[in-house]
Amino acid sequence: MKNTIAERILDFLKDYPPFNLISKTTLLEVAKNVEILYFEKDQIVFNQNDIPHEHFYIIYEGAVRLYRFGEGKKHIVDICDEGDLFGLRPLIMKENYLMGAAANEEAILYGIPISLFNEIILNYPKVSQFLIASFATNTRDPFTDKHKGKLFANISAIQKVENSYSETQSAKYNKNPITCSPETTVQEAAKIMTEKLINSIVIAENKIPIGIITDKDVRIKIGTGQFKITDKVRDIMTSPVITFPENITVAEAQITLLKHKVSHLCITKDGTNKSELVGILAEHDLVLTQGNSPIMLTKEIKNAKDVETLKYIRTKASDLTKGYLEQEIPIYFVTKVISEINTAITKKAIQLSINEIGEKPPVSYAWLALGSQGRKEQLLMTDQDNALVFENVEEDQYELVKTYFLTLAEKVTEKLNIVGFDYCPAGIMASNTKWCLSLREWKNQFKEWVKDPIAEKILLSIIFFDFELIYGNQELYSNMADAVFRYIQKNKIFLSFLGKVTLDNPPPLGFFKQFLVEQDGENKDSFDIKSRALRPLVDAARIFSLFHNLKINNTIARYEKLMEVEPQNKDLFESCANAFKILLQFRTLQGLTYNDSGKFVDIRTLSKADRLKLKSCFKPIKNVQEALKLRFNTSQITQI
Amino acid sequence: MISWFSHKKHPDFWKQYLKKFKKKLPKKIETTKFVVFDTETTGLDISKDRILSIGAVTVLNNTIDIAESFEIYVNQEEFTSKSVEIHGILKEGNLQKITEAEAIEKFIHFIGNSVLIAHHAAFDVEIINAALKRLNLPKLKNKYLDTGILYKKLEGKKDNHFNLDVLCNEFNIPKHDRHTAAGDAFITAQLFFKIIAKLKTERTVYYSDLFRVSDKKGLI
Repeated sequence: MKNTIAERILDFLKDYPPFNLISKTTLLEVAKNVEILYFEKDQIVFNQNDIPHEHFYIIYEGAVRLYRFGEGKKHIVDICDEGDLFGLRPLIMKENYLMGAAANEEAILYGIPISLFNEIILNYPKVSQFLIASFATNTRDPFTDKHKGKLFANISAIQKVENSYSETQSAKYNKNPITCSPETTVQEAAKIMTEKLINSIVIAENKIPIGIITDKDVRIKIGTGQFKITDKVRDIMTSPVITFPENITVAEAQITLLKHKVSHLCITKDGTNKSELVGILAEHDLVLTQGNSPIMLTKEIKNAKDVETLKYIRTKASDLTKGYLEQEIPIYFVTKVISEINTAITKKAIQLSINEIGEKPPVSYAWLALGSQGRKEQLLMTDQDNALVFENVEEDQYELVKTYFLTLAEKVTEKLNIVGFDYCPAGIMASNTKWCLSLREWKNQFKEWVKDPIAEKILLSIIFFDFELIYGNQELYSNMADAVFRYIQKNKIFLSFLGKVTLDNPPPLGFFKQFLVEQDGENKDSFDIKSRALRPLVDAARIFSLFHNLKINNTIARYEKLMEVEPQNKDLFESCANAFKILLQFRTLQGLTYNDSGKFVDIRTLSKADRLKLKSCFKPIKNVQEALKLRFNTSQITQI
Repeated sequence: MISWFSHKKHPDFWKQYLKKFKKKLPKKIETTKFVVFDTETTGLDISKDRILSIGAVTVLNNTIDIAESFEIYVNQEEFTSKSVEIHGILKEGNLQKITEAEAIEKFIHFIGNSVLIAHHAAFDVEIINAALKRLNLPKLKNKYLDTGILYKKLEGKKDNHFNLDVLCNEFNIPKHDRHTAAGDAFITAQLFFKIIAKLKTERTVYYSDLFRVSDKKGLI
């Protein structure tokens, strides 16, 4: 007999774990015996200590809160929404309900008969695995060691089991490196290289790599006549070599090559240049693995003659980001690679602009990135936030110098805009006369922000505290950074103000419909992942770092450092770092999918697994905000 | 007296059906058994058109028990291809079909003394009555509710006349399986829940209120 309604119920169930693991015939049997229950807001589904029902529940629509009475007080344990299961554990354990459940808003529940489900648990090992995992995380408390490592257990449990991805691709390299001694002549070395068809040779003493010669060295140092072919290799070799341990991933190799601007890495037993050489990894090895490598891109940037080329390269970088994320390469590496590319683009834009002006900068200066670029977290093409600091000059020169840098900044921001980085709507750009200042002016500006915190000024100034040198004079930059930390050490109350502002951005309390979704405007029904989830984590990391005088901008790096500095809060900071990684990856994928900034997420398009993934990130946000509240005593700041 | 004689001739299922009404029915929404149903027909003319399918679900204490649901397809000689594009039921389709007499017997057995609910219920009740008449049986004895009329009890809705699609949109009910009898019955059941809940937020809702067609009293 046809059973239209049961089929419709099956259609709903099959998308949600653990029902997605059950065969269709079995699931249809379940669907035929489902009860559909309607609850008005605040109506009770079951009370704590009630004897278990014959059904457990999955939420079809609306939301249900789980609560527990303890010490005479009612505690909300969790708020479940569409697709969440609840009330199952007592049925399996044959014990009374440990918690009460009530409709948090109008709700439609599907009651699944436990009698049918018991058999499924026996016959489907994956279902019981899922249940074990979800029981473990339901009782989770990130601050106890008991459940350590299980904070995100539900995520891996929900991901398709058959989809076992390898952590990261490991890089292939030559495991039989050719070496020669330092006393070898250049000619002999060149002969070996020619014979073995290699473009580099490692100079080693007792298998310890001490230097390297590449084709380029032969070209530049010998070909030009600077050295003779009878000279010893030790005279022309590049030393020391850059080394890495054996288990190197593609991502790590790319970053290391990029960071040291070299074309070869020596792979050694323990990864230092004091241990035995076991391999040689050339840039070329990676190019073979991935056509679109960051090394290729940075090279192209270097050679770019105009801004259109830069734009093209940045588009390729987006493809690269996507590829990385799909390969599940750790987000930390991805951000590093993309930041390097963005930095290279900015540098090139500055160089091109200086050429256009046709006049070298009159005094030394530093181009600073602010906000997400300053924190090296800019994966997508978001707004540009930048500033410029120049050396202190005599009053009579000031106008001339400033005009030069404003003209320069105007050209640079224009180029960045063409590349795809939109102008900052708040005008926080080096081309703004307010943010193109001498070192003295900058110091005064920071002093004013720190000493005299006013709400709207704090909001504006926050992104300035994540400034990073992109191009120019290192000393100017360090001088400015040191000054900022000095001011904050003297005026720690400033951190309380910063904390207060951060807390005004309420944490997403674990539930989509009521707390998270934007109430009106164009983005109704979507979740502002940037403001509601990423920013609180970024803000908290910044405040704690400023508190500890940590000169780190990157949020993940900040949390990792904080784990060391405050071992007593290791778990808290670790959970924040994890949450941040998940959220950033999420936002980036969203942005790449919809070709926008990824700021807003349409919750209706999310799979259940993604929803749970997002949800698991909210607890750390809440916890770190609590910690801020206590540490910086933000309640003392009443009116700002 | 005539009715007593004709009563005697009635088949067993009808006698059992009548017997169920001797029991006093509960006077509370929570303890009342409702059957939400819908029919798909060859058209909208009560006298000429025929039932092609009946779907129904049982509602008790705000709960739909899927195991207690009803879905049958009827063999009809009277068939117009006009309505096929609405309900998708072909004369010689793959669906397992039964005769109208069997269908009515099953339906009567299923509904018992419950309170019937349908969207624009008058039509569905009358088309069942017409089928009963062809079997020389009297009309349905069940009380019935119209979700269309219930909806008009809500504030600011009394002059409106809305079809199921519009109400689905308003109450955010997915319009799956629209124009199948079972699908529409299921949708109507959800609509019933939501209208009652909404009514409750506006005022106290008594069982007797549900049957009052003109509802001025409650509103003024």
